[in-house]
Amino acid sequence: MISIDPVIASVERVTPVEYPHQCRVPKMDAKLSFVEQLIGSGLLISTGVDGLYGRNAMFEDVVAGFQRIVTRVGAGDGADTVSFPPTMTRDQLETSGYLKNFPRLLGTVHSFCGHDDDHRALLAQLDAGGDWTLDQRATDLVLTPAACYPLYPMMAALGSLPEEGRTFDICSFCFRREPSRDPARMQHFRQREYVRAGTSEQIAAFRQRWMDRAREIMDALRLPYEIVPANDPFFGRAGKLMKAHQLEQGLKMELTIPVANVEPTACVSFNDHRENFAVAWDIRLANGDLARTGCVGFGLERIALALFRHHGLDIEAWPADVRDLLTL
Amino acid sequence: MLNKAIADIILDYSGLRSTISQLDDDTDLYSAGMKSFASVQLMLALEDTFDISFPEHMLTRATFRNPAAIEQAVNALKMRSAA
Repeated sequence: MISIDPVIASVERVTPVEYPHQCRVPKMDAKLSFVEQLIGSGLLISTGVDGLYGRNAMFEDVVAGFQRIVTRVGAGDGADTVSFPPTMTRDQLETSGYLKNFPRLLGTVHSFCGHDDDHRALLAQLDAGGDWTLDQRATDLVLTPAACYPLYPMMAALGSLPEEGRTFDICSFCFRREPSRDPARMQHFRQREYVRAGTSEQIAAFRQRWMDRAREIMDALRLPYEIVPANDPFFGRAGKLMKAHQLEQGLKMELTIPVANVEPTACVSFNDHRENFAVAWDIRLANGDLARTGCVGFGLERIALALFRHHGLDIEAWPADVRDLLTL
Repeated sequence: MLNKAIADIILDYSGLRSTISQLDDDTDLYSAGMKSFASVQLMLALEDTFDISFPEHMLTRATFRNPAAIEQAVNALKMRSAA
């Protein structure tokens, strides 16, 4: 069992702490890539599209086991657990500011809006092998790009924050349009998040606490990792400056683990949003000042993949303490 | 003495026009409250106005920290495009 120190850690500015890799990355079968091994073993089910996979029961057991650990670790935080479908409203997405920074990653929901004639034309196009999507219209829905996005309008509707702030626990499938052969870069994946709204001191303490907890969890799961300053994939030249801001201010830290590549993969992120979402949604403290928000996000598929990468594709052969912790 | 055209662009795009009474060469725009995205809009406005393009290595916080740094960067890039 991992022990979790209940004392809130230092609220001082987060300084990057580097951890040496604790063990070597196991050699992969030279003939097959990791994604081919995952599909060959049945853990992932190919759809023919890169980044879109089915998962078998063993894969889902590992995801569920990791979720139980997170639930146990976060149990004392008084978080409200909420759930949304993996689709959100287009106007909420617009208000969030997502299009300023990540236009190429967004998936929008389009639908047929025509009548009988249009339907006949659509089927004729389909039969002819043409593009039947030309008359599809954008709906008022988009695919949720990060689990916490639907939370902020909900938080705003609850009114100003109580003195102790608010904490939420949320999990959702998320979509990002970035097809890749890297199995750790899926287009549809799950994020488990704890989201905090409050003062900047409350956000800093929350972020530090979850960094400490994430280290304990990964140590106990015997995974090699580092926690490093990071930036989001902001779009274009303007994005270069946004990345510089985020990096230089230490607003995003990532726990990275080698998964499918030599380059380690971000499996957990610890984010200080400053007042971005509070401005967008007018989320305020009890005294009327703008609130701050932050979140910790666990990439569930990536963590499951890291476990399969480092402990093998057969969970029967995993170290007993790792299986115990995951209650597998 | 700060170039007036640059000073106006800074005030228009930094989001600080209503919050700072006087813009000095060494006014720290971030401390004064300029947000990340405002600095991006400031950068794009400077590019449009002076027909310059900030190279990637200049897309840092330091380039846009205060009016003097901005003016220095703009002048350097104007020289380059004129050459």
